[in-house]
Amino acid sequence: MAEFWTGVALPLVLIVAHILAIVVPLLGAVAYLTYAERKVMGAMQLRQGPMLVGPFGLLQPVADGLKLLGKETIIPAGANRVVFILAPILTFFLSLVAWAVIPVNAGWALADINVGVLYLFAISSLGVYGIIMAGWASNSRYAFLGAMRSAAQMVSYEVSLGLVIITVLLCVGSLNLTDVVMAQQSVWFILPHLPMFVIFFTSALAETSRTPFDLPEGESELVGGYFTEYSGMTFALFMLGEYANIILMSAFTVILFLGGWLPPFDVAPFTWIPGPIWFALKLALMLFCFIWMRATLPRFRYDQLMRLGWKVFLPASLLWVVLTAGVLVTFGWLPE
Amino acid sequence: MGYLDRTARSLFLSELLSGLGMTLRYMFKPKVTLNYPNEKGPLSPRFRGEHALRRYPNGEERCIACKLCEAVCPALAITIEAEPRDDGSRRTTRYDIDMTKCIYCGLCQEACPVDAIVQGPNFEFSTETREELFYNKDKLLANGDRWEAQIAANLAADAPYR
Repeated sequence: MAEFWTGVALPLVLIVAHILAIVVPLLGAVAYLTYAERKVMGAMQLRQGPMLVGPFGLLQPVADGLKLLGKETIIPAGANRVVFILAPILTFFLSLVAWAVIPVNAGWALADINVGVLYLFAISSLGVYGIIMAGWASNSRYAFLGAMRSAAQMVSYEVSLGLVIITVLLCVGSLNLTDVVMAQQSVWFILPHLPMFVIFFTSALAETSRTPFDLPEGESELVGGYFTEYSGMTFALFMLGEYANIILMSAFTVILFLGGWLPPFDVAPFTWIPGPIWFALKLALMLFCFIWMRATLPRFRYDQLMRLGWKVFLPASLLWVVLTAGVLVTFGWLPE
Repeated sequence: MGYLDRTARSLFLSELLSGLGMTLRYMFKPKVTLNYPNEKGPLSPRFRGEHALRRYPNGEERCIACKLCEAVCPALAITIEAEPRDDGSRRTTRYDIDMTKCIYCGLCQEACPVDAIVQGPNFEFSTETREELFYNKDKLLANGDRWEAQIAANLAADAPYR
């Protein structure tokens, strides 16, 4: 019996506690990301944003959440019920599951696996399934068109995203996310790979279908895009998944280009601040950039989106991969 | 040269960056929104809000039942019935304004020879039923009593321009 407790139950409890330690702050961050988005966009448009619920509207996400919980989940008559319900669950699940490999500090990852980058890339690519399922199961033209657009967009931008990741991996020599961060101790990859950072960030915008690439849910053309038919809790799951994905892509950017939990300079006042705080600060900066883009840029036309992905980003990132590889080999800087 | 210029601009994202700079600058500008129920905008003394029937300082009601307002009202919102009072003076027995018909043109106020019917500064009188918007004489006189200080000040402020 004692063997059961120490061998099975205790590790299980520990794992669940670890998962909760990741998921609960993540969901809090998602809730307050929506608040931050409304506040920052409001400020940029000379408005105040939410002000009524709680001091400075700080309880607005709670009110929004309660409202969505109280709403009815409507399933359209012609919809495929099982897939219709499964799609938001899958989207939400995938956006959470990817967080297992994100290291917030040295050794602070739930699963410090050696193929972390590959895992993240795979999970973020799977996200397209939730969208296709939602679009198809809704049995609605708007939802279906939105899903098709979304799928095409994600596939297009994943190509350049992959090439950017390869560039970074060439300089690191490992797929482990902790190693990726540790390789940036002397210089963050944003400095030597600035163009790649821009391409990665833009592709991340497209990957999470944020403005200027929010065509899948372009209100003026497609009503709500792939979640046109969703309401109540199913809609909330899509929203949570979408925002969790934004945070995930930001975290990925921070790890690949902004040195993860490392302080900007390895000297006294900067090293006093613990790693997770640096990570959170950089994450907040990236999230601010996401919102900032949304407040600044109008939506791309669909052919412009495809042109940018295939005719600009793909050749540029390919060129940069070759260039990086060439430089690394010529000067003998390849990591062993 | 124009081609080179365009290429350089798109390559270095200069237009994108200037746009981003603009939104960033705007973020720190003072906000134009009034936080309405807690903050309110300024109102002109001529503001045409909720109606009120005024009284003289001794408490006597001003209205002499001349029915000019009833005649001038383009929306036919005002209904007046009148007969002589015990002391012989002519007074209204009924003074109703249907606020759902009123178009807030201010002609009743212009027509009134004794400044009895006025449109006060109050614009927050929304109700949940239609019936509450059928104002009678008691309601209008009560409005007058409630807003008299501000109405008198507004009339005095606007008097030089009339």
